[in-house]
Amino acid sequence: MTLWTTILVASAVVMGIKLLGYLVPASVAAHPRIQRISDLLTVALLASLVVTQTVSTGNAVVVDARVAALIVGAVLLWIRAPFIVVVLAAAAVAAVLRGMGYAA
Amino acid sequence: MTPSAVRASVSMSLSVAAAVSLYGISFGALAVASGLAFWQAQVLSLFMFSGGSQFAVIGLAAAGAPGLSIVTAAGLLGVRNGLYAVRMSAVVGPGFWKRLIAGHWTIDESTAVAIAQTEPRAQRIGFWLTGAAIFVGWNAMTAAGAMLGDALGDPRAWGLDAAAAAAFLGLLWPRIQTRQPAAVAAVAAVITALAVPTAPAGLPVLIAAAAGIAMALLAERSHA
Repeated sequence: MTLWTTILVASAVVMGIKLLGYLVPASVAAHPRIQRISDLLTVALLASLVVTQTVSTGNAVVVDARVAALIVGAVLLWIRAPFIVVVLAAAAVAAVLRGMGYAA
Repeated sequence: MTPSAVRASVSMSLSVAAAVSLYGISFGALAVASGLAFWQAQVLSLFMFSGGSQFAVIGLAAAGAPGLSIVTAAGLLGVRNGLYAVRMSAVVGPGFWKRLIAGHWTIDESTAVAIAQTEPRAQRIGFWLTGAAIFVGWNAMTAAGAMLGDALGDPRAWGLDAAAAAAFLGLLWPRIQTRQPAAVAAVAAVITALAVPTAPAGLPVLIAAAAGIAMALLAERSHA
């Protein structure tokens, strides 16, 4: 699959799932069990993406400036900082550590 | 219908939309840093229009994951939108075109703002205003970010890879405030770290997703 094909197919899938929700009877998908499983699926995926984005470089586990940045991000989330502040602060921490040569 | 309920709904919609739109800058910049062309980033914001799935696409593409893994991960992250749609169906009401646009705008934020209102008219206003404002703002900021990202050069020097990690953590954070989802997140994180060195790119995320579903089913069994 080329990157364009991937982008178009993935977009169609994500859009299709939203539209499907307006077609299925409420009694099926609004079932509390389905809601709970979907919530946990989302949690597992996001947690996995945090890890791959933080410590993986290709097929290797690498500890670099991203780990320090993520810790700062977690502290900011803990004190309820706005989303955009968390993202910018993480970028700044990694950029400064790399710029000063403290981390790769 | 009290005017104050409508005012509260409008105010919540606009403040949520402003925050989310700003964050679109980081999506645009990260997308081009991950190797996407300007229009590829823009097409994702226009047609996929779901932050978690969009970040998954660029993160996995940057890691060199195969197309099928990328589509599967984006789709799985989009499953919750389908469930939001079921809840929003009554709020939106009948009409083919209305439901088609509502479907496209059914995301975390529009659903959350609608559910937070108590009166039906305030719910409708909250859903449509949040959805419309984020669609416009998110796409405009994606374009701005993609242009900015092109001008930045090496994304790592600016910490953009760390920003992407923090973005996923920010999406995860509100969902792990109780013990069960926090435990699922921890297990998924450990499984991913173990799978990264051994499994091909893109697969660790899908293994973690499968583990998440398995844990959810186990929890359901023990509830019953």
